Parts: sequence; C-alpha cells; structure tokens
Amino acid sequence: MENINKISGDLLKYTSVDVSHCYQCGKCTAGCVLASEMNFPPSYLMRLLQTGTEENYERILRSNTIWLCLNCENCLGRCPMEIDIPKVMDYLREQSLNKKKLHPDAKPIVAFHKSFLDSIKYTGRLYEVGLIAGFKARSFRLTQDVKLAPKMYMNGKLHLMPEMIKDIKGVGKIFSKTIDNPKTKNK
Amino acid sequence: MSKIGVFICHCGENISATVDCERVAQEIRKVEGVEYAIDYKYMCSDPGQTLIKDAIREHHLDGVVVGSCSPRMHEPTFRKACAEAGLNPFLCEMANLREHCSWVHEKGEATTEKAFDLVKMLVEKVKRNKPLDAIKVPITKKALVIGGGIAGIQASLDIANAGHKVILIEKDPSIGGHMSQLSETFPTLDCSQCILTPRMVEVAQHPNITLYTYAELDSLEGFIGNFTAKIRLKAKSVDHKKCTGCGACLQKCPQKRIPSEFNAGLGNRTAIYVPFPQAVPNKPVIDREHCNYYKRGKCKICEATCPTGAIEWDKEDEILTEQVGAIVVTTGFNVKGADFFPEYGYGKYKDVLTGLQFERLASASGPTLGEIRRPSDGTIPKKIVFIACAGSRDPAKGIPYCSKICCMYTAKHAMLYQHKVHDGESTVFYMDIRAGGKNYEEFVRRAIEEDHVNYVRGRVARVYEKDGKLIVKGVDTLLSGQQVEIEADMVVLATAGVSNCGAEQLAQKMHISYDPYHFFAEAHPKLKPVETNTAGIFLAGACQAPKDIPETVGMASGAAVKVAGLFSNNELVREPLIAVVNRCAPPQFSTCVGCFMCQTACPYNAIEREEIKGRDGKVIKTVAKVNPGLCQGCGTCVAFCRSKSIDIQGYSNEQMFAEVMSLLNH
Amino acid sequence: MKIGFYPGCSLKGSSREYNESVVAIAKALDIELVEIKDWNCCGATAAHSMNEELSLSLPARILALAEAQGLKEVVVPCAACYNRLMVTQHELKDDKKRSRVTDIIEMPYSGDLKIINVLQMLETYAMDKIKEKVTKPFAHKVACYYGCLLIRPHKILQFDRVEDPQSMDAMIKLIGGSPIDWAFKTECCGAGFSVSRTDLVAKLSGNILQDAADRKAEAIIVACPMCQSNLDMRRGAINETLSKPSDIPVIFITQAIGLALGVSPKELGLERHFVTVKL
Repeated sequence: MENINKISGDLLKYTSVDVSHCYQCGKCTAGCVLASEMNFPPSYLMRLLQTGTEENYERILRSNTIWLCLNCENCLGRCPMEIDIPKVMDYLREQSLNKKKLHPDAKPIVAFHKSFLDSIKYTGRLYEVGLIAGFKARSFRLTQDVKLAPKMYMNGKLHLMPEMIKDIKGVGKIFSKTIDNPKTKNK
Repeated sequence: MSKIGVFICHCGENISATVDCERVAQEIRKVEGVEYAIDYKYMCSDPGQTLIKDAIREHHLDGVVVGSCSPRMHEPTFRKACAEAGLNPFLCEMANLREHCSWVHEKGEATTEKAFDLVKMLVEKVKRNKPLDAIKVPITKKALVIGGGIAGIQASLDIANAGHKVILIEKDPSIGGHMSQLSETFPTLDCSQCILTPRMVEVAQHPNITLYTYAELDSLEGFIGNFTAKIRLKAKSVDHKKCTGCGACLQKCPQKRIPSEFNAGLGNRTAIYVPFPQAVPNKPVIDREHCNYYKRGKCKICEATCPTGAIEWDKEDEILTEQVGAIVVTTGFNVKGADFFPEYGYGKYKDVLTGLQFERLASASGPTLGEIRRPSDGTIPKKIVFIACAGSRDPAKGIPYCSKICCMYTAKHAMLYQHKVHDGESTVFYMDIRAGGKNYEEFVRRAIEEDHVNYVRGRVARVYEKDGKLIVKGVDTLLSGQQVEIEADMVVLATAGVSNCGAEQLAQKMHISYDPYHFFAEAHPKLKPVETNTAGIFLAGACQAPKDIPETVGMASGAAVKVAGLFSNNELVREPLIAVVNRCAPPQFSTCVGCFMCQTACPYNAIEREEIKGRDGKVIKTVAKVNPGLCQGCGTCVAFCRSKSIDIQGYSNEQMFAEVMSLLNH
Repeated sequence: MKIGFYPGCSLKGSSREYNESVVAIAKALDIELVEIKDWNCCGATAAHSMNEELSLSLPARILALAEAQGLKEVVVPCAACYNRLMVTQHELKDDKKRSRVTDIIEMPYSGDLKIINVLQMLETYAMDKIKEKVTKPFAHKVACYYGCLLIRPHKILQFDRVEDPQSMDAMIKLIGGSPIDWAFKTECCGAGFSVSRTDLVAKLSGNILQDAADRKAEAIIVACPMCQSNLDMRRGAINETLSKPSDIPVIFITQAIGLALGVSPKELGLERHFVTVKL
C-alpha cells in the first residue's frame, strides 16, 4: 500500500512486522516483567510507532525501554496478533546505536554488550576477565562485584587466561564484515 | 426470421453519462433480426415497461433484449412485463450496460462500441432462445426444525401457528438450549427461564408440533418441498408414555456424581436424570455411559422404585423416517471452556470460570441456588475480575472474530454480582465495549455509573493462584500502560462463542455450506441471512454466528415466514434454467452414454439415473436424468459431459457459441 | 550412542558445573558427546541487541562447523545458545539472508542440522535408562524453573508449552521427586543484566525465589546457566530485596538426575555453587 509511512515501511521491510496489526490490547505490557522500570511500556511503544511521526520515533530511540527489554519473549508468547515485539526491539536498538541516540541509562548496558563482543572478537569465546575489565573501563564501575571475583575463582569458575580458538581470523572477519563495517552503519 | 425488440435504457445518467444510448439503438436497428429498437430514460419505470409491452403487441415481437442494468436487479421486472404482453418471459434477456460497461469505463467511442457489442451478443442469443415454462414441484407441507433452543422454539411456534405441521427434534433430553441456563437476560434483566418456559410448554402442547427430544438427524435426502429425513430417536431407557414424571427414581439413583452438563460442570447429576426441574418433557432419561446397570449389570434401583414400571432396559435406538418440505436449522452454539487458556491456568484453577458457569452460579435454580460462591471453598468472593475477549478477537488462538454477546453479558454479570454482594468489588478488563443493540449502551452505563463496576481498558497477561487467591496481572492502556495487579477471589472469563460440537458432521449430512469456524453459511451475508445455499433449508440463531436473543428470535421468525411462504403454494415454481439430458428417437433414445460423470460432478446431487425400458419392460439403457427440483443451473455437468448430451435450457452451448462468435465477428 | 555437543562459553567458564553434570550423566547413560571442534561463541544477547548480521553469522559459523565435521545432531545444554542456534537456523531459511550470511562466514551451510536442548536429549534417548538406573530417588519437593529461552518463541522452538511447561517436571517425577505447581516457571530472571543492572536481576530473581520459598520448595531446578547464575551467584543482592533471606539451592536438572543415578556431588560440580547445596 502506498499510504504506509516511512517509519512503518522500513520496519516492515527489515523485521516483517506490520504495526497496523496492533490493536493496543496491552497484553504485552501486562506480562512484561520490567514494564514498570521503562520510560514507557511495550504497548505504548507500539502506539508511538503507529503514529509514524519523526518526533515519536525519536522518543523511542532515545528511550531506555529498548535497552531494558530483556528479549524474554513473554510479549510475543501472549500477543493475540503475534506481533514480534522482540524483533522490533532488536531493530530499534541497532537504529538507536547507529544514529547515536542513546538514553543515558543505556550506557552501562551497551558498555557490557560492547565488552562482551570485544572478548569474542579477540578470542573467539567469552573471556570473563576481559569482559569485566572492559566493562569497568567503559562504565567506570571500578568496584562493582569486587567481592564476587575471589569466590568465583575459588569455585573454579573464573579462568585467568583466555582460551583462544584456532580460527580467530575467521571470527575477526565476521566482525569486520558486520558490526564493524562502516557501510552498514546508517541503515 | 426473428423479430427482436431492443430497448436501450439511459438509467437516468448512469448509462448515458458514458454511453451514447441513442446511437446504440440506431446501430442495433441495422442488425439482421432486429425489428424495433429505441432508447429511453428509465426502462424499468411504468412508462418504460409500457413501451416494451406496446412494442411487443404492435410489432409482433418474438424476442426482447433490454440493454440496461444487471439482470440481478431487474430481470424479473422485464420478464414479467413481457409475460403480461403475451410473450414468453424466457424470450426476454438483458444486456448489462451499466455494471459491465458504463460504470466501469470513461465516456468515449470505445465505451459506446462496447455497449453495442454487448447488445448484439444478446440479440444473437435471443434468436436461439426457446420459450420455457417454469418448473412446478410438489411440496410436502411439513417442516423439520433441528434444535430446540429459543431459535427452534420460536420457529416451530411461528410455523405451527401459520397452520402447518412441525417436527421439532432436540439432541438433549430437554428443549430450552442455552437460554434455559441463563439467570437473567440483558438489557431488561428479565428472568430467563420465566420468559422461556411458557414457550417451551406451548411447544409441548401445540397440536401442530411433534416434539422429539433425545433425538438427532441421522440422514437427509431429497430436495426442497420433498425431503426425506431419517431421525434417530436415541434410547431413553424410560418409556415416556408410562412415566408420570414423579421423580422417585432420581432420588434413589446411586450414581450421584456425574458432572451436570446443564450446570456447566459446576454441579452433579444422577445417571437417570432430568436436566433441570423445568425441563420439557419433564421425564427422565438414563445416561447409559454412567449407569451401573449398563456398565456392570448391577443396581436396577430405579426400576424397583418406579411405580408405573416405565424403565425399559432393552430399548434400542429407533429410526423414524419423515417426509418434510422445509428444514430450519437452529442448532445453536457453544462456548470455549477455561481449559482453552494456557495463560489463565489451563482449567486447573477451580475459581476461574467461564461466563456460562457464572450464569449457573447466579441462577436461582443453579448449584448454589443463586448465591455467588467460589467452587473451591464455597465462600462468597469479595473481589471478582471479569476478563472480556477471552479467546475472541485472537488470531493467535485461531478465533479472529468477535463473539458479539460477551460485552453485554459481562456487564450483566458484574451487575448481578454487585446486586447480590453489595460490598463486593468487581473489575472488568476490556478492549472495547460493543453495545449496539436497543438499550444496550444505557445498560452498560448503568453497570458503570449505578453499580460502580470498575472498567479497566487492557487485557490480562496471566492469572495464577497463590494462597487461595487468584493473582490477575493486567494493564490499564488508558494510563499509558500502567500495570494493574488484582488479588481476586474469582475470575470469570467471557470465553469465545464457537460452533456447536457436531456442527460439521450435521452440515455435511444436510449438504449445507459452513465457514472455517463451522458456523453454517447464510446464502447472502446482507440480504439472505436466514437462507442457506441449499434450497429449502433455512437457518436461524447462533448456529450461523454468535448472536443475542432478540436477533435470534427475529431470525427464527424470519425463517418461519420463509417456510410459511414456501408452504403457501401447493406447488413450487422454479426457474427453468436448468440442465436437461437430451432425448431423441429410438433406438438411440439419447446421446447420453451412461457414464454418469455428471452425477459425480453435480454439487447439488441433482442428477439421477433413469432406466429407459422397451415395450417388454426390459431395460435398454440407463441414462442420466436431471431432477428439475434440485438443479441450480450451474453448468458443471455440461462441462464434464463427454458426449455433449446435457445442456442448460436458456444457456445452451449453441447460444453461448453464438454470443462469442458475434463478438469475434465485430 | 554418539551425539554432537556444543557447550558454549558459560559451560566452559562460569557454569562449569553444568558441563560437569552433563558429561557425568552422559557417561552414566551411555551417550558419547562429540564436541564441535574450534567452536566460537554464539553471540548470546550482546550480538542480537547490537547488530542483526553479526547475531546470525556467529551461530551460523557454529552450525557450518558442525555440518562440516559430519555431525547430524547437536545437543546444546545452554538455553541461550540453544535459542540463538535455533533462531538462526530458522532465519536462514530465507534465501536472501542465507546467501548474505554464507558470504560473511565464508563456509558452506545447509541448515539440516538437528539442534536439541538437554531436556530433549534426555526425553528422546534416555528416559527408560534413567528409570532403570535410579539408585537414590531424588525425594525432594522442588520448583522447576524453565526461564525464557528454552520455551520461547514457541513457533520456532516447538518445545514443551509456553505457559506451565512440564518437561522438567516430568523428569523430576521420573527420578522420584515432587515438582510443585508454582507461578514463576517462565518469568524472566533478569538474563544478561547480571553485571550491567544487578539491581534488576535482584528484583526479578527475587520474585522467583519468593514464590518458590512461599510454596515450600526445597530447591529450584534449572536448565539455563544464566538463570542459575542469577539465582545463585547473585543471591546476596537478591536477599537484600526479600523480606526474609532465602537459602534455597539452585541446581541444574542434570545435577538432580546425576544425584539420582548415584553420581557423586563432587563429580556433578555441586561444590561450586554459591548457595550451599544440601540435598
């Protein structure tokens, strides 16, 4: 249909989700475990998307909603219209990052994700010590979980040295072709 | 040589705005066989029709083509006019210059040419038209009504009062249907049984109505006016002629814990039972699946108790064959149970009920004698949550439609609860409020404004049980999605209305259409709500789609009038545009080779086999024969016939060919 | 019998005991686990939250490796890895996406690998054996916690049921335990917020523990390393949100089964837990 606006149109193209299906029943919000912590809950986010205005879209990208969403999929599991809200959230997160419109609350969460991915890029697997170090450097939470680390080490759950995979180059290439690819930044 | 009259209508401006009607009339006059041609502003009007009649008489026309609107609009009008002027009505055809031409094209040369082509095609057809006589089929003036709820009761009474015989069959031991299970009805809060039971008694006592309960349709054959129905009278194990309805057997039956269907599983009944005290007929049947005697050969206490010896252990199902002329299907609907909802507990929480179960609690003749009590511990709930749209409007659960009655009965339930438990707190979680009927909106406002029911707009994600309470996790979308949690004592789900069990099998037995949800299909959603696509079979009530009582009663009376209309003639007149298998001189008799592919193909079971016998009585050949009462003129058989022995009168192969050739030889 | 095995990062690190228990009961049930060689991290939450193509390519590499190494079926004990691999396999049914991702990973990919979680592995291959070999019935009243990623999205995973799942409950019954009916079987524990928003994990996991404690569960049984970590390692933060601190242990389903089969607690890694496991 030619009368679909750009925001809904792009969303449809990249996630196959048609926002016009949402009839604002609120079942997603009712079952969302973190709705009370969000700037606005998932059903409200869907309504903002439905309006199709740049102003409301900006509100969404700058919200903490998209970063607090855990992708637990409870919403999709109960939605009578089977709207893939988690997929929409992933898409909005990528957009929020690419357009550099991050909510301040999201900074530690993004810091964690970035440190996690760095660990994979450099070793092929999760290197917990590297992850924590990177996270602390990015978030300045220097004393967080300090008490926990020794106990983890005693329980044999913390490796001091990373385990590198053989084909680390192959993994590095995956990164350079996707998230580190400057061409795909402004989708 | 044909003498055809052509009449081009302007249809006000509908046709003349884009088609040059005058020119079409002029050009068509030049075609061989056209004796007379004019154009006029409104052919269907009185002066217009007079023009046609006068022309027929003055010019001795033997065929008429009216170039105007769709035949679906005015074919009967023009055919009647021709008949009045003495011309066989089937020598009149219409060329659709409006829906097929003027309305879909711009004004211009091409449009006028197309209009001319269309008229010329019909002229070629009419040259080959033969005068036909309407077909007359005899009618049995007896109706069969299947289903004894309010729809069936109303339809039966209306048909019976119109002076015709009715057979009413009901599969349960009593008539009354779901309406007998309700406590009060919206929007008046009339006691449901009080308004229903007088009608039930009227049905039982009406001289024109024969009532069979515990009976089902076994098979149906035939066609409109001439159906043969086989009705299975299930073995009641109690001879109702001897039984006086004293009820002694019910008291003594040792099997007392069978979940009562009438009480929607909330109460129990015995194996020998009457579904409810006001049942019609008020005599028991034995549920053989739960009776000690039929299961294990023991007991027989009812027989010992019965003062009139009415128990018949060895009675078997009986098949009754009846000839009827029309059938009204009023088999009603069902509602989804609480076990349909994973997020509301899969039916394991005793205090999560369906709307129908709540009706039984509220009903004075219910398991709690009208007191709202929790099934789990018998206490009176102080906080009750009603969840609307439970299952309806839910494509994920396979039910995308709205069940229509739930908004109203939820408001009713909340009101009844507030009237019975003055200090109770009720909350309704809704998406929309659909209260379109007369006095319906005012009724819902009453619930909100006078009875202070809390209406929260939002759905409920889940319900779970903790420490004897039901935790309801909902949301208020009007407050930007604020989560709402209620610790309720009882939750009532307004579950989706669905088709009755066995609906598909019944529809297939009767050869009527049904939709993907197994609701029976009406012939036209707007203009033919009480008819089916099968002539002679009518529909009323919730078996067609969920609906409330006034609509059901209206439809039932509508169906009854259709039946009475059918029965007002001694013969049925049908359009003769049906298939006919050719006959020719002996020794061939017919080009039909007797392969009967047409019989297999016919969607209306309208083709029979006819034996052509010689003078000595021996069968020479068996050929196909079309039953003029059933044939709908669809033409499938014509397409299938390998020997081209079957053709449609009025739409013969020759006529179709002539139309196409006229178009090609432009 | 042999089956492919993808441990994933947490089984090698912070949830080492899950790995130990899976290996221990596999041995007891005559299942040989063939670990995928040179496997990489599946990307977990971080990848799909940040970049779609990355989130599909990392798991695709794993699946391509498994196929190249001749494996037909792979068991994935970590619920998050299982979810990512299944979702990736589903998304790559789309031709355009598949061709883009195969370009990125530069490996052939057919998408025919059968991916199962540890519960499915036990259901398909070991139910009878478990029944026979139980020597110490696990006679405890426990709350089975499924978490999010094993069950949802149902359309793709097609495993158990979305509300009130029963597969772990059935397994507990099989080894002599009594699973309770409770309300938080599938409510999220806080997932990947363990480090970045520990307060939210404390709140969400707190709700779960509270319900289990209210219903007198002696332990919580899990099948996801993240859930175990949140409910166990973060017990300190959780206890600060509860009215009464809880000491209910949280163990993996494989550890519970291991105990019933007579495997020693040490071999099952039960001594690595933060909350003492006394069962």
